[in-house]
Amino acid sequence: MDEYALQLQNISKYFGSVAANKNIDLTLKKGEILALLGENGSGKTTLMNMISGIYYPDEGHIFVNGEEARISSPQDAFRYKIGMVHQHFKLIDIFSAAQNIVLGTKGSGLARINEEVKAIAEKYGFEIDPKKKIYDMSVSEKQTVEIVKVLYRGADILILDEPTAVLTPQETEKLFSVMRAMKADGKSIIIITHKLNEVMAISDRVAVLRKGEYIGCVDTADTDPASLTEMMVGEKITLNISRPEAHADRPLLEIRDLTVNSDEGSHAIENLNFFIRGGEILGVAGIAGCGQRELCEAIAGLRKIESGGIYHEGESIVGLSPRAISARGVAMSFIPEDRLGMGLAPSMSVTDNMMLKNYQDHGYGIKPLPLSDEDTPEQAKKKNARNRFTEFLNRHCPFVDRKKARAEAERIIEELDIVTPSTETPVRRLSGGNVQKVLLGREILIEPNVLITAYPVRGLDINSSYLIYDILNRQKEAGTGILFIGEDLDVMLALCDKIMVLCHGKMMGVVHAEKTTKEQLGLMMAGALDLEEEKGKPMGVAKDTRIGEDQA
Amino acid sequence: MLTFLTSAIEFGVIFLFGCVGEILTEKSGHLNLGIPGIMCMGAAGGCLGVKLCYLASPAPSAFLVVLMGILFAMLFAAALGAVYGFLTVSLRSNQNVTGLACTIFGVGFTSFFLNNAVLSEGVSTQLSQAGLHFFNHPLPGADSLGWFGTLFLDHGILVYLAIVIAVIAAVVLRYTKAGLSLRAVGESPATADAVGINVTGYKYTAILLGAAIAGLGGLCYVMDYMGGIVGSTVDQTIQGIGWLCIALVIFAMWKPAFAILGSIVFGALYILSSYIQGISFEQIPLLNIVPFAVTILVLIATSIVGHREMQPPASLGLSYFREDR
Repeated sequence: MDEYALQLQNISKYFGSVAANKNIDLTLKKGEILALLGENGSGKTTLMNMISGIYYPDEGHIFVNGEEARISSPQDAFRYKIGMVHQHFKLIDIFSAAQNIVLGTKGSGLARINEEVKAIAEKYGFEIDPKKKIYDMSVSEKQTVEIVKVLYRGADILILDEPTAVLTPQETEKLFSVMRAMKADGKSIIIITHKLNEVMAISDRVAVLRKGEYIGCVDTADTDPASLTEMMVGEKITLNISRPEAHADRPLLEIRDLTVNSDEGSHAIENLNFFIRGGEILGVAGIAGCGQRELCEAIAGLRKIESGGIYHEGESIVGLSPRAISARGVAMSFIPEDRLGMGLAPSMSVTDNMMLKNYQDHGYGIKPLPLSDEDTPEQAKKKNARNRFTEFLNRHCPFVDRKKARAEAERIIEELDIVTPSTETPVRRLSGGNVQKVLLGREILIEPNVLITAYPVRGLDINSSYLIYDILNRQKEAGTGILFIGEDLDVMLALCDKIMVLCHGKMMGVVHAEKTTKEQLGLMMAGALDLEEEKGKPMGVAKDTRIGEDQA
Repeated sequence: MLTFLTSAIEFGVIFLFGCVGEILTEKSGHLNLGIPGIMCMGAAGGCLGVKLCYLASPAPSAFLVVLMGILFAMLFAAALGAVYGFLTVSLRSNQNVTGLACTIFGVGFTSFFLNNAVLSEGVSTQLSQAGLHFFNHPLPGADSLGWFGTLFLDHGILVYLAIVIAVIAAVVLRYTKAGLSLRAVGESPATADAVGINVTGYKYTAILLGAAIAGLGGLCYVMDYMGGIVGSTVDQTIQGIGWLCIALVIFAMWKPAFAILGSIVFGALYILSSYIQGISFEQIPLLNIVPFAVTILVLIATSIVGHREMQPPASLGLSYFREDR
């Protein structure tokens, strides 16, 4: 018998010209739990998808139990007894647990499945009701169904993609005991996680990936969170991003004790406190899905908040419509993973997309009469009445002002150096960077005083990224408060004035970008360092004193 | 009252065919708005099948005539279903637009085909003979068992076929692995794909089978209900029935078993105007609205209740291709 359940040799995978995985060697011993650790975009999920048959590697070999395996579909993976529990569950909502488990298999009929599921559950200590419908289940129950589904198909190698991201600590503990039971049964398990304490708690060995490359593998017993973090984030790279002096004045946007739920109903953001002042960039660092999206949506008025407050220039904006919030000068640009998903209508032209947000400002173009001191009271009264009337007309104008929108589009194209054949080109046909510039440009056009921008350089090349940084810096100098939700720690260290770190919806602390280190941020992101707790301060209203206290 | 109920059943099964066919199709995630056209095709095919029997021999056996009618009805309907399937499954075109195009084509084609290729004076006689004597052959005991016989036994073969098909469809969807897989395809094709279900295969099977079953509805109207008398507005009437079938799918909440009951209700509502004394000609269209009004009420009720199992398949109307994941 071979020692290794799974061996990867020289695995590479390219998406276009980008290497998601480069020459990766990885081994999984029989009956061990291997933790796969890495930052966002380090290629963990891509690698696991190749093992489970969703992607096919461009280079390299996969060996299962010492024999070379060709895994080109999920069914192939099942044949090699490999099963993956995806981060986003693949379950049919209206089916019962048992129906989901038996789906697509050739095994026993629907009648006997309930007993078989119960047998598997008892063996490993799951709690599962085979007849319960998925839509009635909690997140952790759904995850149990996914794991049983994989076990029912006879998997010996299990891959769990961030299984604890959606679980409460108690549920996580339960999952871990199940994992230990499976390990005792001889199953080999790979678990993807960002949480260092969990890595230390559950795994036998840890493999670390960074930017698609294999960094190394260590025995959990021989390592500690600090050295793992170092492996994960790597050396600090100095970037040549300018950071104009912040001339921060009073807080523009304040978040107090904010709690927001995710779509699944769990807390996405818990008791968050922070504020943004004019003329500064506040970075938000955190592993993907730590509540960044929910935070943005809550501020922009797109998501209901559970408790807490959002104050803009001292006034609560909770419950205002997205349009009202935007009218106050809070602009948001969120670049989701597919980059076109939010904010722009792909088939519409640049001009049309400009109008989407600003069409209400257009009117008949009737100018108000100028008032002057020489007017007699009567004249002034008349003029005022007329101005009110024209204003009313302009506000209720059913037509859109295409000419003005086109002029604005031209201005944005000119200012931000957007490469497009014309203002009438559908946004879809522009390159990714230019699309993002259009989105950002439109938000800047309304001259916001608070700009929330999430992943503005996602997928952009270096030059376009620098252009975006320039745009943000120009806004900052103009006195706008910017919330920058980013991915790349090096960029955030260079660009932001302060960095707030989130870990699963909880604030780990706010640090001065100049005074912190990448390692510290990494530890905070992984939940291993909590400045909030260290200081032992009660969570309260955000105060200036909190910033940089620990560093000073 | 008895004749009213009997007629309601006879008319209801026309809805039942169309409805069960559409339920099967929708369970695979495809909203086929071509059902009215497909039912028309069934009527055209059925008439052709019967005509062919008479061409082969002047006095064909009843069994052969009925079989040929059913076969050709299913064949014609499935042919249009295949066009719809190819466009929506393989080419991933918009299901609503494609379905409407199929309806327009099917209705027009049927009118053209019946008038130019099937009907002539002799054929009309043959069709009505086949309709009255072969398709409408009652079961033994229809006359001797009183109200029971009239209500349950005095129907043509197609009436029983409709109910049998509906029951089979209900059982397959509820209790078999094939049914489970089909529902999975309609709920979440990506999930079905990931567990190794042949998504495209299931979609085509459901669409073709659904179309063939719906086609029998057209045949049922012409041969059973009308007794083989093919009027000049037959295409328009069947088209109207076809839309009601789609409404009935909603009424039955995508369950073939409910569809049996629902179809009889719809049948009763549809023929109600002929049984109400003293109703004026202008009021008839008002009565014809009732099934649609009832459907809207059901939609409102199910939306308010919001129970997951009363909802349409989650991926209804959405194209699927694997690279999208």
